[in-house]
Amino acid sequence: MRGRDDDGAGLGGLLTREVRVVAAGASVLTDALAEQAVPVESVEWRPPDGDLAADLAVVTGDRRLPEANAEAVRRMLGARPHLVDVRPAGEVLGIERGAFLHAGPPLAWDRASGPMRGALIGAALFEGLADTPEDAERLLRAAPLEPCHHHRAVGPMAGVVSPSMWMFVVEDAESGGTAYCSLNEGLGKVLRYGAYGPEVIERLRWMAGDLGPRLRDAVRAHGPVDLRAIMAQALHMGDELHNRNRAATSLFVRELAGDLAEAGGARALRFAAGNDHFFLNLAMAAGKVSADAARGVPGSSMVVAMARNGTDFGVQVSGTGDRWFTGPAGVPDGLYLGSYGPADANPDIGDSTITETTGVGGFAMAAAPAIVRFIGGEVPDALAATQRMYEITLAEHPAFQVPILDFRGTPAGIDVTKVVRTGLLPVVNTGIAGRVAGTGQVGAGLVSPPAEVFAQAVHALAEQATITP
Amino acid sequence: MTGSTRRSERRGTLGTNEVVEVRPGAYHDSVTLMRAGRRLAERPGVSAALTAMATTLNVDLLAEMGFTPPPGARPDDLLVAIRADDEAALESARATVDELLATRTAPRAFGAPPPPRTTGSAARRIDATVALISVPGPYVFAEAMDALEAGLNPMIFSDNVPVEHELALKETAARRGLLVMGPDCGTAVIGGVGLGFANVVRPGRIGLVAASGTGAQQVMSLLDEAGAGISHVLGVGGRDLSAEISGRSTLQALRALDADPATDLIVVVSKPPAPEVGDLIRSAARRLATPVRLGLLGEGGGDLTAVAEDALNTVGAPLPEWPSWTPAARAHPPRRGRIRGLFAGGTLCEEASIVAGSTPHEMTDLGDDRYTRGRAHPMIDPTLRLERLAAETARDANAVVLIDVVLGHGADPDPAAALVPLIRDARVPVVVSLCGTSGDPQGRDRQAWALAGAGAAVFASNAAAARHAAALAEGS
Repeated sequence: MRGRDDDGAGLGGLLTREVRVVAAGASVLTDALAEQAVPVESVEWRPPDGDLAADLAVVTGDRRLPEANAEAVRRMLGARPHLVDVRPAGEVLGIERGAFLHAGPPLAWDRASGPMRGALIGAALFEGLADTPEDAERLLRAAPLEPCHHHRAVGPMAGVVSPSMWMFVVEDAESGGTAYCSLNEGLGKVLRYGAYGPEVIERLRWMAGDLGPRLRDAVRAHGPVDLRAIMAQALHMGDELHNRNRAATSLFVRELAGDLAEAGGARALRFAAGNDHFFLNLAMAAGKVSADAARGVPGSSMVVAMARNGTDFGVQVSGTGDRWFTGPAGVPDGLYLGSYGPADANPDIGDSTITETTGVGGFAMAAAPAIVRFIGGEVPDALAATQRMYEITLAEHPAFQVPILDFRGTPAGIDVTKVVRTGLLPVVNTGIAGRVAGTGQVGAGLVSPPAEVFAQAVHALAEQATITP
Repeated sequence: MTGSTRRSERRGTLGTNEVVEVRPGAYHDSVTLMRAGRRLAERPGVSAALTAMATTLNVDLLAEMGFTPPPGARPDDLLVAIRADDEAALESARATVDELLATRTAPRAFGAPPPPRTTGSAARRIDATVALISVPGPYVFAEAMDALEAGLNPMIFSDNVPVEHELALKETAARRGLLVMGPDCGTAVIGGVGLGFANVVRPGRIGLVAASGTGAQQVMSLLDEAGAGISHVLGVGGRDLSAEISGRSTLQALRALDADPATDLIVVVSKPPAPEVGDLIRSAARRLATPVRLGLLGEGGGDLTAVAEDALNTVGAPLPEWPSWTPAARAHPPRRGRIRGLFAGGTLCEEASIVAGSTPHEMTDLGDDRYTRGRAHPMIDPTLRLERLAAETARDANAVVLIDVVLGHGADPDPAAALVPLIRDARVPVVVSLCGTSGDPQGRDRQAWALAGAGAAVFASNAAAARHAAALAEGS
């Protein structure tokens, strides 16, 4: 930032420095500058959709905004998440037997999609609250359902958490905050995609009885695991930490292998090493603890959560507290497994968009050329996607870099005013769940949030803006 | 890295002019680290340096270099070790470590990034001093705030900007020591560069502060004609001297020109301000070291040509005869009636109205907000004015049609081309106020001869053009 002190001559050197111009608007005026050989950087300006000019002016005129956003993004990017423990959800999240957490913004059973219902049924069966899916369904109609996000937690896809499931406990060494995420079950028929068959329940029981306790012992023996360091390295190794976690998983398993072996965790070790997405849940908890550090900065227009429950897509913004701005979740556009097609796809689901919220996932797409075709794109699309996101973000991540972009920091800290001004929506990489409960994963691709959630957020910020000093 | 991270993470061991730091979790790739280490070692006074991740290999290397390896460093910690001849060299090397590790250049190998979509994004890509904003008025605010936040002076060409937006922008600019030129600022010249619509004028010692774009163009063109040069022209927007805005940009511009060693005389070109604002400007002007002349259109019968003449008198320059080009033969016998004015320049229109005085006249400013909503300014898109001109030059109710033609950067490359056939076919006399300089890309004299050749009476002074039109309308 420059200003009065820049050169002592005032007006930022307007009358003393070489004239160089940023131009937004009529090209005839830009051409007139080009004729005079004046250096010009032209803005590709387009009018925002909808009637938002007044709200935008109020929010961008809020005197708190620049400092509030600087503070929010400083907190988010300054976070140093460490895995410190692994513990049962019932002990750390304050949820009682019979209560369930789910991904995304708040949701009632009657609006829940197939995979969300399937995962809730599976969790009820796993907890021994019901013997049959039908019984579970009856019970779930009246069961307390709450978003993971309301308990400092996140969950991938359906994101269903019940008290007996084990959670990664991640602390931010900078802010002292804590966040939680469940353990990743692997691919195929898994609860998070809405499957609740016997093999799903059996795996959950093993995870609670063996994987969780062994991981706990290993992490406690090892000491805090620096997740940011692993994530930074994984981005150099072709992960974007949402749809590709192969490098990060390898680094994590390598880090913990000795302690897991000593803790009698041979099966746990094999399980983690055999699951390319094992690290996803750690990346998510790391994202959650980082984004939570940036919550509640008055006046800030930075997004601190993007999450989907399979029905709605919701965002939360630092300056508007715990309020959710929601719109219909879209169906991802991508590639399908086997004979599945778009008709089998459920609308977007999961808290894993916390990765994009914190500057990885789709925002780091350029770091992961190996998976661009898996989600239906080409390498130049990946480069373009990451570079486009700098237009709607507040900063470049100091630790997460994209080698192919000359080690530029990933775009981080989504500013809702920039989303609305440019019409550029956050790019989200995601898995696609089958719409019928119990199907599991049917594909992977890209999805856009509904534009209206950002417009709602700008409107809410406008209503509480401080205009006058 | 954030400041707080650095504080809490670094453990330094200061020996005799050497330092070994451990930065937990600060991962960088090995190439970046080797480059940074080499750059550190190349610094004068530095005898050894290592920046590396604390792998076993690197910790051994550190020991071989004679440093004391820090206890408990882990492979994902960053090691920074420097040995220097004296403490000053050590400290200055230390201070550059972050910079070396953070250095990024714009990516080259894989194509240019997509174009910037906001003024803020563009401002990060160029070390600019001005943001020229011409997006639709209701959307100006966010772009202009981006500019101010990035330390750029916004020049807002757009009109239809709500006055409360203007006020908020100008208050922000004042806090940041910047100048908002506009809204509705058509003209600025900064260090010889024309922004918006601007004439090519010779460099010189007179600085203009202008609340009116075409007013400024008229005065600078006449000063150029008289051989006096211009230092800068700072536009402030047509509402700046209203009671609501209270001259915020005018005051800022006056201070800047006062501090500018290239400016010996400041001329404020404006319509008469709100009375209390006029007092404010006058008292501010008295406090400046540089003399200030207020050129207020219509106040005490003054016109823009008189403002230019007053400035020339003040700097002791001789007054020229203002050029005019009259048609060889008079095609239309004079006949009493009204003057019909069709203007692109709002201030030129207003001045013509003042000069016409009691002579019957109807002057229309086609650059007014009423005509520009949803379409470009007539200086950019002449279609509307050409239609009007064809209609008005065919009406017997008009004794004379008076138009302005404004040259310079940003204006039509050859305005005469479209006007000549209409003037030739006109059933009433056409008088042209031609605002431009010999340096303008269109060539003022070339334009003048083309217009006069078609039968128009052409004047470099807008006031003279209006007086000529009035004389025709009075039947002389």
